[in-house]
Amino acid sequence: MQGKGSLIAMEMNQMEKKPGYLGIDVGSVSTNLVILDEQARVLSAIYRRTQGQPIRAVQEGLRELTAEMAGRDVEIRGVGTTGSARHLTGVIVGADIVKNEITAHAVAASQVVPDVNTVLEVGGQDSKLIILRDGVVTDFAMNSVCAAGTGSFLDHQSTRLGIPIEEFGGYALKSDSPAHIAGRCSVFAESDMIHKQQVGARVEDIIYGLCHALARNYLNNLSKGKELLEPMVFQGGVAANAGMKRAFEAELGVNVVVPAYYHVMGAIGSAILALEQELGPGETNFKGFEVTDLNYDTSTFVCDGCSNTCEVVRIKVEGKTLARWGGRCGKWELQDSAGRKTKQRLALNV
Amino acid sequence: MRPPDQIKITTPHMGNLHLLLDDLFGRLGVEYIKPPKSSTKTLELGIKHGPEFACLPLKINLGNFIQALDKGANTIAMAGGHGPCRFGYYGIVEERILRDLGYEFDFMMLEPFSDGAWAFYRSFASLSAGLSIRRLWKILKVSFAKGRAFDQLRKRALMVRAYEANCGDTRRALKQAEKMLAAAVTAAEIEAAARESLGLIESVDQERERDVLKVGIVGEFYLLLEPFSNFDLEDILGNMGVYLERCVWVTDWIAPRRDNKIFGFPKRMIEEKAAPFLSHNVGGEGRETIGNTVLFAERGFDGVIQLLPFGCMPENIAASILPMLQQKHDIPVLTLTFDEQTGRAGMVTRLEAFVDLLWARRNGGAVSAIEGAKMQNREPETLCHECKAKAV
Repeated sequence: MQGKGSLIAMEMNQMEKKPGYLGIDVGSVSTNLVILDEQARVLSAIYRRTQGQPIRAVQEGLRELTAEMAGRDVEIRGVGTTGSARHLTGVIVGADIVKNEITAHAVAASQVVPDVNTVLEVGGQDSKLIILRDGVVTDFAMNSVCAAGTGSFLDHQSTRLGIPIEEFGGYALKSDSPAHIAGRCSVFAESDMIHKQQVGARVEDIIYGLCHALARNYLNNLSKGKELLEPMVFQGGVAANAGMKRAFEAELGVNVVVPAYYHVMGAIGSAILALEQELGPGETNFKGFEVTDLNYDTSTFVCDGCSNTCEVVRIKVEGKTLARWGGRCGKWELQDSAGRKTKQRLALNV
Repeated sequence: MRPPDQIKITTPHMGNLHLLLDDLFGRLGVEYIKPPKSSTKTLELGIKHGPEFACLPLKINLGNFIQALDKGANTIAMAGGHGPCRFGYYGIVEERILRDLGYEFDFMMLEPFSDGAWAFYRSFASLSAGLSIRRLWKILKVSFAKGRAFDQLRKRALMVRAYEANCGDTRRALKQAEKMLAAAVTAAEIEAAARESLGLIESVDQERERDVLKVGIVGEFYLLLEPFSNFDLEDILGNMGVYLERCVWVTDWIAPRRDNKIFGFPKRMIEEKAAPFLSHNVGGEGRETIGNTVLFAERGFDGVIQLLPFGCMPENIAASILPMLQQKHDIPVLTLTFDEQTGRAGMVTRLEAFVDLLWARRNGGAVSAIEGAKMQNREPETLCHECKAKAV
């Protein structure tokens, strides 16, 4: 009797479990994870540094999520990954959809501000400009050559000035006349900045000047001939910096919206894409939060199958090969089922 | 120059140029040492020994030469030319660098036919004892016909791949077709093989009812021709189910009259199309890039992708004009810059996002970006039966 009772309780328990959708955005600087509910509302959001170890960052992020979600009875119904490590992450956690970060950011922005026309996204290693009209992406640009228009540059300068990056915004807001700092190239910007320091400019003006330089560089680099209309959303890690928001508003003469979850928008976008898959219970590829306890190992080798000498990446879990990819011909992807699935999803796209 | 019987000639790789040269040098009776296929190793050599500010093509060329000389080549043939692009000067720079490195070789700068028929003939005469003008003309004619047939094969493959029912069929068919064509010798054989090999590509199992995106590829000629330099961009797009047309082909590029038999639109027409935006030559393919983009837009293509090596002046000029054209002709253009990086991730991200964008546009404002994105995500699954079957 008792056994049957607990079985019923368990079933009821399962029925009560609310569906959740996991989105993971693994970029060069930060790794972000979110869980959304069915209405695409954020249940939990994690932002942490990747520190060059994407697998560890994902595992630790998942551990943090587990702790946060404890006792909240949410069942993961779909998983989306994005960011530069999206394929790697997709294989490790078992993603239902792997999508590029441009689309993911656009999807998230149009969820938060439904009539959004322009998305400014400044991340750690790259920056994007996305133009939408009536909810459709009509144009985009991504910085291609240099770090001067990204968060890494601000990060570097904050270390040089001895002011934590978190306080940059506060300083910038206190400035009333930004110092002019060259923005085309981080080398020029740095020498300009040192010069301004040496002649005695206020640190607030230098920091706000830097924000202006970055905003100008971003706009020069990405907006070429594009019509930047309101509503305009500013997202990505750098949106934490109120000085940057002020600089963009000053440069463009428009109002810029920074959404509440500006720092995890990529993850939100990929979770929404997972939600849109409309998977039923148990249909997800998600391998569960247990993947945090497994031992992953990556290595590279040079394929000697032909004269292309491609570098191939191998991912091992508990000593067993999970996936291999990176060749020009795609033959390694076909050797392992996880790799095959990746290939199946994105064809030869490595 | 060495006597013809001691010459072991080499040239840089550029797409399927080696297939044409195999035939040409075979007819001239010269030993042709093909450089190993361009690889990361090639690029490393080129970067190490080339000038930092030079563009990507020079570095890959240089790597090709070093690898070919190490393989036993003793004569280098390199195209010259002139015009306000650095390319015409590359041969000379490359020769200097190789000599400084201590290599011993003869260097042959092939100037265009239009710069002087006699000099052009003399270059070839030094490769083959007793070569008459008449015989050279005949050889060039028949080799060129074969080269055009090779180009036709690739051109068709770019179109057919978008529809292929089984992932990889087109690639295999192309390989087989090229092998078949390579074996043809006489003009009559070439004509027959051209037809038959094209048939091989046409007969790839296709799902013609499938909805595909049409994308035109424009830009700097080397990046368009050499898949190694553009990270196999055509393969990546083709496998996403995108129908491709490219506006530069080996035989179009080396033909003295730029009537662009393979691409199908003569230089003059392209220039007329470019005229409202750019009315004069800015070197390289700058003007053609503009004209070709207009052509693709007028022909109803979904989008255009421009490829250029980092620091390419003519293409940068074109890139700065394209946003205006994009607005006027309502066609999305993606500009991709290539340099010595070996990670393809950045390019793949942009291509995927571009394809998402094109699908969303195709489906009109009625369908949200999310649904457009979903659609593309579904696409490869219907594409890859082969992969699907194996992925149990």
